[in-house]
Amino acid sequence: MLAYIVRRILYAIPILIGVNLLTFALFFVVNTPDDMARIHLGAKHVTPEAIERWKTEHGYDKPLFFNTAAQGVAKVGDTLFVDKSLKLFAFSFGQADDGRDIAREIGSRMWPSLAIALPTFLVGLLAYIGFALVMVFFRASYLDFAGVVLCVVLMSISGLFYIIGGQFLLGKLWHLVPVSGFEPGWAGLKFLLLPVLVGVVSGLGDSSRFYRTLFLEEIHKDYVRTARAKGLSERVVLFRHVLGNAMIPILTGAVVVIPRLFLGSLIVESFFGIPGLGSYTIDAIQAQDFAIVRAMVFLGSVLYILGLLLTDLSYTVVDPRVRLE
Amino acid sequence: MRAWLILLLLPLAACHGPANSPYPAEQPGQNILYSAFSERPKHLDPARSYSENEAVFTGQIYEPPLQYHYLKRPYELEPLTASAMPRVTYHAADGRSLPEAAPISAIAYTVYEIRIRPDIRYQPHPCFAQRPDGSPRYVPLAPTELARIERFADFQETGSRELIAADYVYQIKRLANPRLSSPIFGLMAEYIVGLKDYGATLAKAAKGLPREAYLDLDRYPLAGAEVVDRYTYRVKIKGKYPQFAYWLAMPFFAPVPAEAERFYSQPGMAERNFSLDWQPVGTGPFYLAENDPNRVMRLKRNPHFHEEFYPAEGEPGDRAEGLLEDSGKRLPLLDQAIYRLEKEDIPYWTKFLQGYYDSSGIGSDTFDQAIRIGPDGRPDLTPEMRARGIELSTAVRTTIWYVGFNMRDPALGGLGDSARKLRQAISVALDYEEFISIFLNGRGIPAQGPLPPGIYGHREGEAGINPVAYRWQDGRPLRRGIDEAKRLLAEAGYPGGREAGTGRPLTFYLDTMASGPESKSRLDWYRKQFERLGVQLVIRSTDYNRFQDKMLKGNAQIFEWGWNADYPDPENFLFLLYGPNRKVGQNGENAANYANAEFDRLFVQMKDMANGPARQALIDRMVAIARHDAPWVFAYFPKSFGLRHAWVKNGKPNLMANNTLKYRRVEPARRVDYQGRWNRPVWWPLLATLLLLLATAVPAVRAYRRRQQAAARN
Repeated sequence: MLAYIVRRILYAIPILIGVNLLTFALFFVVNTPDDMARIHLGAKHVTPEAIERWKTEHGYDKPLFFNTAAQGVAKVGDTLFVDKSLKLFAFSFGQADDGRDIAREIGSRMWPSLAIALPTFLVGLLAYIGFALVMVFFRASYLDFAGVVLCVVLMSISGLFYIIGGQFLLGKLWHLVPVSGFEPGWAGLKFLLLPVLVGVVSGLGDSSRFYRTLFLEEIHKDYVRTARAKGLSERVVLFRHVLGNAMIPILTGAVVVIPRLFLGSLIVESFFGIPGLGSYTIDAIQAQDFAIVRAMVFLGSVLYILGLLLTDLSYTVVDPRVRLE
Repeated sequence: MRAWLILLLLPLAACHGPANSPYPAEQPGQNILYSAFSERPKHLDPARSYSENEAVFTGQIYEPPLQYHYLKRPYELEPLTASAMPRVTYHAADGRSLPEAAPISAIAYTVYEIRIRPDIRYQPHPCFAQRPDGSPRYVPLAPTELARIERFADFQETGSRELIAADYVYQIKRLANPRLSSPIFGLMAEYIVGLKDYGATLAKAAKGLPREAYLDLDRYPLAGAEVVDRYTYRVKIKGKYPQFAYWLAMPFFAPVPAEAERFYSQPGMAERNFSLDWQPVGTGPFYLAENDPNRVMRLKRNPHFHEEFYPAEGEPGDRAEGLLEDSGKRLPLLDQAIYRLEKEDIPYWTKFLQGYYDSSGIGSDTFDQAIRIGPDGRPDLTPEMRARGIELSTAVRTTIWYVGFNMRDPALGGLGDSARKLRQAISVALDYEEFISIFLNGRGIPAQGPLPPGIYGHREGEAGINPVAYRWQDGRPLRRGIDEAKRLLAEAGYPGGREAGTGRPLTFYLDTMASGPESKSRLDWYRKQFERLGVQLVIRSTDYNRFQDKMLKGNAQIFEWGWNADYPDPENFLFLLYGPNRKVGQNGENAANYANAEFDRLFVQMKDMANGPARQALIDRMVAIARHDAPWVFAYFPKSFGLRHAWVKNGKPNLMANNTLKYRRVEPARRVDYQGRWNRPVWWPLLATLLLLLATAVPAVRAYRRRQQAAARN
């Protein structure tokens, strides 16, 4: 298994280089370093000299991919791409255009993201699987039908509606929770209730339907019939056998998400004033801060690859037949 | 189930006060102002900060030598840390003193001598902390000690020192520091003697040093800024530039102690986000006690703040509005101001209505809820707002929005009769009364010229209307009809919007930064306005950078743009039409590339004059020329609408000053009372939801049991 993990990590390197290359090319196709300087220097009194100074100060005064003025390897090495991308592999993200240290910012912002994303993920997973099992248990009954209708209704509503509706009902009309905000530590618990609730409810429709389909597929298999023939109760059949055997598709969807929980959610964080990594990324895109965009895309790719690796490893835990070689 | 319920309600029950209060239990009742910011500030260094959202903080922390009087209008400068207004002397090239009335060509340089008040002290800050032997406590900082410091509060020792003239000179030098990329360096290098060369000297000196290494500016003298004595300094300006006094009221010219820069230049500081950009040092009424731009910024009263008192005089009417009730009281009147990050309008507005924010602007979505326009066209609060005791204040901003014509364009540009009449026709046709009503909810007034109200030179009434687009009727300006616009179009050689000779229809191109669905209706409005003339308008929406690029190259034909005053002087608006300040080739702010020799001549005369009848006469002539040539369609001056709760006092809008927090007062007990009344929790929906869940569960459990029994029977 160790050899498999090492191999997967080695595979990740060209993928990450490719991701970096794409991010770099896409960003600079629409934004030249001059554009970035103009954005940061503001609209007034911006002279060409000021733009040049800004570029020099922020290291954007080099050619993008090929330095004709340099000699030998430096023709490729002394370029913006190599200068800005190589350090990422050592997780050295450098400074944002406003001078703040990106690694430190990520370190402090991932906790608020996690504070929302982790409970939403865990409570959500339990709720979705539980609800799906209830529907399967009562399959072909009015409860199953009502559950499916509810799922379709929930799926049809935009995520934004849940946020605004939740804020309106629980925060504005009933005065039960703060409309938005965040505090670190236990004092922040009251701020988490609404976004977590909104997160769970907004995912209930599609996730429960997906899990219901998985369970329905399993329930007609031979081992379930055998279990029933043994006289096991329907509850045991569902929760022990069906759930256990449906774990591989569940893990495929769930484990890959776990590392990315750190990255937060763009919309939820923005509406609830959560100072997480989701809002960090969206702010950076709006401000054309390439240093942050690059760092977040890189981090997202690394975490996604890590998620895929963890998914593969988790298969060996839930299904002893799986061997990673 | 019970455990779940307890867990769910625990955080709510733990709250002191209303369950939806976003504030810690200990805060209600304290002398704190609550506000919000929607965009995190990028820079708090006075050499770099140039945005309005940053001035909310820098204005309270840093103190330049001058400030705007809080209440008086028109805006008036007064000393802040200076003991008196600067002593201004004029000199010939050989150093001879000249009288103020000397011809501008004879004045080689102007000297501003500023004397600051003694006994002004900086806020507590670790850069001033000293060891018993008098050496700095944290400079140099041993790596082992730095390793123990994670947050700025970990610097447990602080100190202070007296403000001296050298700190002001130091900051002027910092404007040229290439590492700081000060946005006004280019502009100030044109005025402050030697600043341009000083920038080159510093760039050379910084080249060999690591990026964070300390660059000792004291080693390099600047010819245009010198310390006279402990409390006096001089700034030398090329030629005559009376507007420099306004710059002396901006944080760019606030003092920075060299100790702070030395302290922050140490290795390891930047990685911890410890810099003047994030932990400012000033003498102002407040200091930044908490800087988490991702969540909250907290200003606290500076314990060393010098003596300053609430003004005793203002405009007529200020007394009746209670704005002089605090006259003579020592400033600041607040203990703290807490600003929370609030990116979206809806949560901000909701919290304002719940009493958790003390003041709010009005967004388009909430305008109808807050404001109703009376039959006389005046805005007023809705009954709902009145019932809450909310107060409204409005002010016309010192900002202009305009539609510019590229004067280099072959069809629309130039000073010839045909193109001029074409521009005039468009000026008449664009009905900004309608625009303001539809898109701004009445938050603006149609512009009659380039100078907004409140700026010297602006004229009210009949004398102030733009005769090209308006006539005076029944005591108010009335936009000329579309027929007059069509007549002008025909005189220009385009009857019915078609070229007279060929019959080819006219098509123009409007470049704008507006895009997306939210701008569609506005851009459609422009199309329709042009259609009224029979002219086709093609909208070219571009992003900010492409737009800037087009303007620099002169590739736009018609464009919409705006200008926000740096200072309340007509020069700061009329220079937008000054020929040598054109965008193409000069990279100036004259985006229309307008050049009229007479206008330019008058501008040079006017810009250095003191306000008075002679200056007003020149301004009138210049404005008349601009109206006649119509390089812009003068669109509108936006109006700011602000709401504040009854417990917030001294909320007079001052659009030039950014240090007004020290005058604000709140009544915390009244606030707590209102918050309690407005936020009583409603529990029944929770109980109803639980009952509903139970009601669903009961038949499900029954069905489950039935099934189990059936299975057992089988």
